[in-house]
Amino acid sequence: MKKLKKFFGAAYLGLIFVFLYAPIVTLIVYSFNSGKGRQWTGFSFTWYEKLFNSASIGNAVGNTLSIALLSSIIATVIGVISCIGINALKNKSRAVYMAINNIPLLNSDLVTGLSLMLLFIAVGVTSGYPTVLLAHITFNVPYVILSVLPRLRQTNKSAYEAAIDLGAKPAYAFYKVVIPEIMPGIISGFLMAFTMSLDDFIITHFTKGPGINTISTLIYSEVRRGVKPDMNALSTIMFLSAIVLLVLSNLVSKKQVGEVKAAAGEKKSKQAV
Amino acid sequence: MKKRILAVVLCVLLASLAVVPGCGKEEKKVLKVYNWGEYIDEDLIAEFEKEYGIDVIYDTFATNEEMYPRIEADSSLYDVICPSEYMVEKMMKNGLLQEIDHTKLSNWKNIGESYLKILSDYIDPDNKYLVPYCWGTVGILYNTKLVDEEVDSWGILWDEKYAGSILMQDSVRDAFMVAQKYLGYSLNDTDQTHLEECAELLRQQYPLVKSYVIDEVRDKMIAGNTALGVIYSGEYLYCLEMNEDLAYALPKEGSNVWYDGWVITKNSKNVEEAYLWIDFLLRAENAAKNFDYITYPTPNVAAREFIDEEILNDQAVFPEDEQLKNCEMYIYLGQEAENRYYELWKTVK
Amino acid sequence: MKNKKLLSLPYLIWMIGFTVIPLILILWYGFVDSTGAFTWDNILAIFRSEHLKPLGISLALSAASTVLCLLIGYPLALILRKAHIKKSGLIIFVFILPMWMNFLLRTYAWLNLLDDGGLILNIAQALGFRGNIVGTNGAILLGMVYNYLPFMILPLHNSISAIDDNVLNAARDLGANETQVNTRVILPLSVPGIISGVTMVFVPSLTTFVISDILGGRKVLLIGNIIEQEFSTASNWNLGSGLSLILMVFILISMAILNRYDKEGSTLA
Repeated sequence: MKKLKKFFGAAYLGLIFVFLYAPIVTLIVYSFNSGKGRQWTGFSFTWYEKLFNSASIGNAVGNTLSIALLSSIIATVIGVISCIGINALKNKSRAVYMAINNIPLLNSDLVTGLSLMLLFIAVGVTSGYPTVLLAHITFNVPYVILSVLPRLRQTNKSAYEAAIDLGAKPAYAFYKVVIPEIMPGIISGFLMAFTMSLDDFIITHFTKGPGINTISTLIYSEVRRGVKPDMNALSTIMFLSAIVLLVLSNLVSKKQVGEVKAAAGEKKSKQAV
Repeated sequence: MKKRILAVVLCVLLASLAVVPGCGKEEKKVLKVYNWGEYIDEDLIAEFEKEYGIDVIYDTFATNEEMYPRIEADSSLYDVICPSEYMVEKMMKNGLLQEIDHTKLSNWKNIGESYLKILSDYIDPDNKYLVPYCWGTVGILYNTKLVDEEVDSWGILWDEKYAGSILMQDSVRDAFMVAQKYLGYSLNDTDQTHLEECAELLRQQYPLVKSYVIDEVRDKMIAGNTALGVIYSGEYLYCLEMNEDLAYALPKEGSNVWYDGWVITKNSKNVEEAYLWIDFLLRAENAAKNFDYITYPTPNVAAREFIDEEILNDQAVFPEDEQLKNCEMYIYLGQEAENRYYELWKTVK
Repeated sequence: MKNKKLLSLPYLIWMIGFTVIPLILILWYGFVDSTGAFTWDNILAIFRSEHLKPLGISLALSAASTVLCLLIGYPLALILRKAHIKKSGLIIFVFILPMWMNFLLRTYAWLNLLDDGGLILNIAQALGFRGNIVGTNGAILLGMVYNYLPFMILPLHNSISAIDDNVLNAARDLGANETQVNTRVILPLSVPGIISGVTMVFVPSLTTFVISDILGGRKVLLIGNIIEQEFSTASNWNLGSGLSLILMVFILISMAILNRYDKEGSTLA
């Protein structure tokens, strides 16, 4: 009986495994197809060559990384500074801040993207790299605040006060005492912001301007235009780099960094509920 | 420790700044081009950039209707755009375009007189705004292995035999055109009862349709599993090259004859570069090279000496006047009529 | 102490500028016509059949995908709980790895299998299936389940694996059989995980326009597609905003319902 149960359990895991990976494996296999269609015509690196020679893909990768990095760094800085401020507020005003903080989390990306597009048009800003960056910072800050604020509230005030009593300037005491204590929150907030920005499509789609593509918007315009085998090659590379990054990060820290993305999503839903 | 963190953060910031396009580089001349997808030989863009030292920012759109709102919101977004004639008329009337000075286009003379005349008569008096780029018809591409009857009428798109094997155009005007022509109406009809009749016809067609398509129509037809597809005539040669079972028919009820062309936006900040771009594409050898690649008929008569005789005589590509007798050009119908088309189009799906 | 509070001001200004004002813009556009006069038309437009139908399909598909994800994910989380702790880390890694591939590429991967010449369509046709998979509601549902399943698995796993073994043993000692342990102990204790998972699947499914765009052959329109098109091709911002407001109301309602269940769940626990 127990063996049977174990067998069914394993079979079930196997089925879901196949469901999750079969499409990706197919993409990887077809990325080495020499022909353009979906018939197998022979092994080749044609699509990888095309991919590496394409300036538009190179640009999109650059934009994606720089926007994710800049927006998450700026969001972390803004987030940490405002957490200090929010933490010093009275309960009532803090509730107002948290309510506003929750709006982007509550809203669907569709509405957030559209509303930002309307804003940029209303104030007459030409959409482009800066508008995408602003939009990303906007949806990233709430994640930072949600990770940092609880940490900050747990910090031991007396250590900070002791440092001041011993003659440290407030800024120095803060840097030496408080920051190390809230560092885990800062790091996880930063990582969440980074991954959310990396994966965003909808908000970028509505706020981008001429010549600005991220990987997501580029894929969107490509796959709607017909059969694009170089997208298979891109998938393979992205999948492999995801594995390498996750394995490396798991080696570095025992904690599953891979869960960051789901954690961000969960944070979003928790906050919403 | 403190310094090290600071150094790391600074490095990261600097590194990301270096990736940000345009930052820290010296001002280079740029040109922002907005064109249909798959509508230029991209080598030409590279050649243009090299010849003039201008950076081309090149973006594409899938339908006229997708392009318009972006330009309406901000007409400095792009410098040169390649819309179809009726959309040019709309942009013209709404003040989104600037007049073109023909004296700045040394290759203006390469464009066939007859094309300029027809555009001047219907859309753009004295050709002040639109520089013709390609023209063609809308017809039916069919797979001779799956369709063994003669294709000469739009009616075949309602034939139950081909259920699930029909590709319809996913742009409002083109979809309505098929129904309008089949029912014997003008494709510029704005009569509400006629339009509702057309919408009803399109609703009847919906269950038979495999997908509503734009650019992906050619790959789907080339794959060979689909019997019929509504397509722009310019795609035909390319499709034929990839799959020899495909043939093109211009239905006897008539169709749309269309002209796409370059326009310069009202608030363009790179007008000189825009002229260089248009003139570059008007060069006979460039137009011919482009034709080889995109296979859309060119109104550039000077280019024809570089194009195969055989192709020039292919009536699917360059139709005779006789074939075009039932064909019409779209004109801009006004915002109110456009909204009615669109509202009815939504009821189809 | 006073200046510390001031540190929160830049953020307040930022959020008002980039979150509150944009939402007010949507609200404003939703309640005026093209001339700027007040109107209910954009809101009431949802009752027109061409908008009601996509909303209906969206609600049905997002509910179906949520239920499917739950039905698939829950047994998985139970199995993972029973698996050896050391191994379960690796297994969970394997199940969330696909989430790290770009969302659009994951959807495109299914297009490759289901479209003409795709492996699954070929097999189906060899078995006598006639017709298309792409362009049906089923294809979109599949896309939703595939994309959002990991977002269901993880919160379920987190809440179920956090249940203390002693609680289960206590139940068994008190005479509960395995089924009772599952339904009377584990299920109520996993309600917060279920709620998280349901929200993370339902809301993005309800508002998506990408999955239907890629796998729907542009034949099936969801409410997300309608809204996107009002902005991007019809340039009717008023109608688009009005319909967005309706969509927001639906999201808020579903959150409110879930919120209630969550409270009941926690009191049970």
